[in-house]
This record gives sequence, C-alpha cells and structure tokens, in this order.
Amino acid sequence: MAKITLDNLAHSYLPSPKGEDDFALKELNHDWADGEAYALLGASGCGKSTLLNIISGLLHPSQGRILFDDVDVTHASTADRNIAQVFQFPVVYDTMTVRDNLAFPLKNRGARPQYIADRVQQIAQMIGMEAELGKRARGLTADAKQKISLGRGMVREDVNALLFDEPLTVIDPHMKWELRTQLKSLHHEFGHTMIYVTHDQTEALTFADKVVVMYDGRVVQIGTPQELFERPEHTFVGYFIGSPGMNVIPAAIDGQMANIHGATVALPQAYDALDGKVEIGVRPEFVTLTEGEGLPVKVRRVEDVGRHKIVRADLFGSEINIVAGEDTSISPDMMRVTFDPAHVNVYVNDWRRAGKAA
Amino acid sequence: MEKTVNQKAWFLVLPVLVLVAFSAVIPLMTVVNYSVQDTFGNNQFFWAGLEWFKEMLRDDRMWDALGRQLMFSGIILLIQIPLGVFIALNMPKSGFWVSFCLVVMSLPLLIPWNVVGTIWQIFGRVDIGLLGHTLAAIGVDYNYTSDPFAAWVTIIVMDVWHWTSLVALLAYAGLKSIPDAYYQAAKIDQASRWAVFRYIELPKMMGVLMIAILLRFMDSFMIYTEPFVVTGGGPGSTTTMLSIDLVKMALGQFDLGPAAAFSIMYFLTILLISWVFYTVMTNLEKREG
Repeated sequence: MAKITLDNLAHSYLPSPKGEDDFALKELNHDWADGEAYALLGASGCGKSTLLNIISGLLHPSQGRILFDDVDVTHASTADRNIAQVFQFPVVYDTMTVRDNLAFPLKNRGARPQYIADRVQQIAQMIGMEAELGKRARGLTADAKQKISLGRGMVREDVNALLFDEPLTVIDPHMKWELRTQLKSLHHEFGHTMIYVTHDQTEALTFADKVVVMYDGRVVQIGTPQELFERPEHTFVGYFIGSPGMNVIPAAIDGQMANIHGATVALPQAYDALDGKVEIGVRPEFVTLTEGEGLPVKVRRVEDVGRHKIVRADLFGSEINIVAGEDTSISPDMMRVTFDPAHVNVYVNDWRRAGKAA
Repeated sequence: MEKTVNQKAWFLVLPVLVLVAFSAVIPLMTVVNYSVQDTFGNNQFFWAGLEWFKEMLRDDRMWDALGRQLMFSGIILLIQIPLGVFIALNMPKSGFWVSFCLVVMSLPLLIPWNVVGTIWQIFGRVDIGLLGHTLAAIGVDYNYTSDPFAAWVTIIVMDVWHWTSLVALLAYAGLKSIPDAYYQAAKIDQASRWAVFRYIELPKMMGVLMIAILLRFMDSFMIYTEPFVVTGGGPGSTTTMLSIDLVKMALGQFDLGPAAAFSIMYFLTILLISWVFYTVMTNLEKREG
C-alpha cells in the first residue's frame, strides 16, 4: 500500500511528439492518496488506460516521474512495483486449473505452500468459485474467467495498489453488482489503494471515494460524486455525469445577471467582463417548468423514467432538458422555465469560472 | 411448411461429381484395377485377386523402405517443429523487420522442389560444391554419394532448410493472435519467460502447431523429388523412401500389379497415420479443456 505521485507526467505514442495534440496523456500532476478508492472516468480513448498502464509499469511515460511513497519508480519494472492489475477481457491460463490460476502470482513470488493453499481458498470463497477450484480454466464461461482474473488480482495481500481496467465489462448485470460490492468490502477490509477505470458513471460513482474525470488526455476534475454533480469544473463533466447531462446555454454575463437572447437569468455570484466562449451550465434537476415567469420554451416531449420525468424542450432553438418530479403534472400551459440561481455555473471556454463573492 | 420437390436440383451437384470423378475416383480405381490383375503384355489382363498384396506384404524391400520413411519423417518432425517454434518466438513483433523476415523465410517455400534438390546436390559435391568442398578442406570425411550417413544428413538438412519456414510462419501466426493483455497479465503475475511460453504461448499455438505437424508429416511421408535428385535413393538403397521405391517398381521395372498394390497400401498407411494423429491430438485438446 502506497501513496502514488504523478509528477509532470505525460505520454505520447509517437516517437517525437510535436504539439500538445500528439500526446495521448497530457501533462499531469497528481497524488493518489494511500488507501483510497478512485474511479477513473471518461469516454473511450480519453487516455484512461494509458494512465493506468503507466502506473503499473506496462508503459513507460514520455516525460515525468512516478513515485510510490516518494521513491522514484519511473524506470522500475512491473514486478518491482508490486502492483496488481485486472484487464477488461478475462486473462486466464487455459491449461491450468482454477486453483493453479489463483495460486500463480503467489507461486511466482515464492510463497509458502501452506499460505498459498489458505489464501487461494479464501479468494475462491470471495469470488464464489470454491466448487470449481479443481476444474480447468479453459472450458469456463467468460464471466467465470473474469472472476478468476479478479481473484488473481486480489490474491496478493502486500500489493502497492490494485488497478482495474473496466473489469466488469463482460460480466452479467446482476453479477456486476455483487462483484462491485465485494471489491468495495475488500477495500474497506484491507485498505488497498485502488484505481478503477470505467466509462460507466454509475459504476464510478458507486465504487469510488473520489472520481477522476478525464477528457481528451487531460484530467478535468477530481472530486467526490457530490462535487462532480454540483460544481462540474468543465462542461464535459457536466455532460458526462448525470442523466441527462447538464444544460449548457450560450450567454452574455453582466455583473450578476446572465443574458440569453434578451432574457435575463440570476447568477449566484457577480462576474467581471469575460472573454472567449461564455456559457452557463445548469443541471436538469435545477430547472423548473412553470406557467408564469422565466424563459420561453416549447416542450417537445415528456419521458417518464419511473422515479421522475424528463422533459425535452426547445429554448431559443437549442435543446434543454428538465427533470420534473414523478407527481408533477405537465400541462400545455407550461411554456416557461426558471433556474435555481444557486446552481447556475458559468463557463468560459468550457472551464468553470468562479465569480466574486456576492 | 411444405417442401418443394424438384429432382432437377441434382444437376447442380453434377459439376462437383464430375470433377471429383476425374481428379480422384477414376485414377484411384484404375490403380485398384491394376492391383488385382496380372498381365503378360498385349493389353491382356487376368484376375489375380489379393496375390499382389500378399506378395508385397512378404517383401522385405517394402518394409525396409517403410522403416526408412518413418525414420525420416520422425527426425524431420523432431527438428522442424521445435526449431520453427524457436524461430517464431524470436521474430520481431512489429516494424520493418517483420516483412523482411517473412519474405526471407518464404523464399525456400517458393523454390520448385527439383530445384531445391539440384541446389543441394551441387552444394554438397566435394569437387565443386561450396559445402562439400569446405567440409573436405577442413578435414571432414563427407561424401553423400558413398557414405549413407552423409547422405542422410544431407537430405535431412535440406528438408529442414526447405520446410522449417512453414512451421515458423504458422507458429508466428499463432503467436501474433495472442492479445497483449496476456503478456501484460503475465508481467503483473511475475511469470518467468519459461512460464509465459509454457502457459500462454504454447497453449495458444497448439491449434496451428497441430496443423503444422500434420502437414509436415504428410508431406515428408510422401517425399520424392528432393532426395531423388540429390541421392537417387542411394548409396545402395539407404535413402530409398517409399515413393522412390514405388516409382522404381512401377516405371523402372514396369511391375504394375505389385506397384499398384504398394500404392494402395501406401495411401492407406498415410490415411491411417494422419487419422490417428488427428484423433489423438484433438482428444488431447479436449481433455485439457
């Protein structure tokens, strides 16, 4: 178990990267606190796996350093870093039995046979495969194989960190829930530093203490699920987290008022004159459909998703989403929306801008 | 639903039937026909029953050739399979050198078989051949025309040179199909190089290796051209393989009856051994599963 520090880290798959666009992972400074569970969230191809492989040592960064507990391991091999990693698709040793598969990392490190036997039994119980221990791994189903991969990742107790690269992609939905819960309880029990890569926001938000959101090779925000929801630092975080994502509306800012096509919206804070692409972001949960005041909208359709309704509407030609309570009735007279002023964020060139305290 | 009955559909199968008849059935039946008859010339044939088969089975000449043939196939399999795998493991995985290696390795496979024989026949000659002359110059007593051991070494080295590429290419294709994640997982698990080979590469290559073994067995068991060109089956009959012996009997001595019986037994032997091979290996794979 260790604190992991990324110092000026960046990576490009090209031999001589020119501009910033050539980097798959843009310059990054970050500490992963010892014993914390992180989720690394982002769309496919945003550099999540690159970052993970650099931490585990499968990939050597083009620049910067990695430190484990303040010891430089940038050039250390994967084995020396003592990291466990589970991959997206199941990797099992086909010709070995389930038992030998689970014991393999321990055997390679020369553990005592009695310890190996006990530990394998423990892990088998954890992943629910005690009955299959004597079977060959080859004939098993994909999710059984992935459970073995997970088990092999967890079998060593002394690892510096446990890394998961979208490990539950191939697993059945009900099993997903169970395994995620087990990972979480494992984390509580042993306190490993865990980094969990995923593009599924539910998975990220339920698993992690802190979520790291990546976009286009860059970490755009690190925070608790609550922070990501209330104060997205980047419009991408707003889009990506939440269902539906945050509404982003072009606006002109004047003091504590935002001006949208002539209509005004109150902001929680006052701003000086802003340059660049200025937008306001407000989550559908903080938009209310009314009959009387507010901005004019045209309701396109209403989707009832069970616990609430999603109203898709048209605001000055662009789409706006509104979340309404389950019992709220939507009438044809409702042609205006209001925003909760406390939850309107201002973005300049996609990054959140804090105003002056009012 | 009622099925439409249209007997004319049989015509669609006709081209295949004709093709198979002319390429396989008729030639084979001609051989069968010869094997059960005797002739004194003049295109007059008499029924001989299984006489030729009995005679051939009593003939030491065929048994000796069969022994040599099995030894030859055994030796080249023992050399080519491990060597091919070894080469495949050491080939570059990406970049310019991949295509370079592939082209260089394909070269021996593209040379006509009698040319391969000629190349080695000249290469090994003591008077003008580079290999033969060099060996003689450093004092090695090497002469494939008079020494059976030298003759065997020559045809085996020639076959290894000619065909190991095929095994290597197949094994390389098998290796390339292994996803990177396996190697990465092995690194994480701190597996040794040997363990990576034993538990990842070898199991993943088993399928193509099985094909390689079958192909190399069948081809080597039927080998004719190359040893015929190099040694002509000699010295004496020490390198006379089954097919060389068969051609001598059928065309050299014009003993059509015995030669036909010989052919049929030869054919059945290859079929039998290949079938046993295949069954054993697929069963092995199943038992591992």
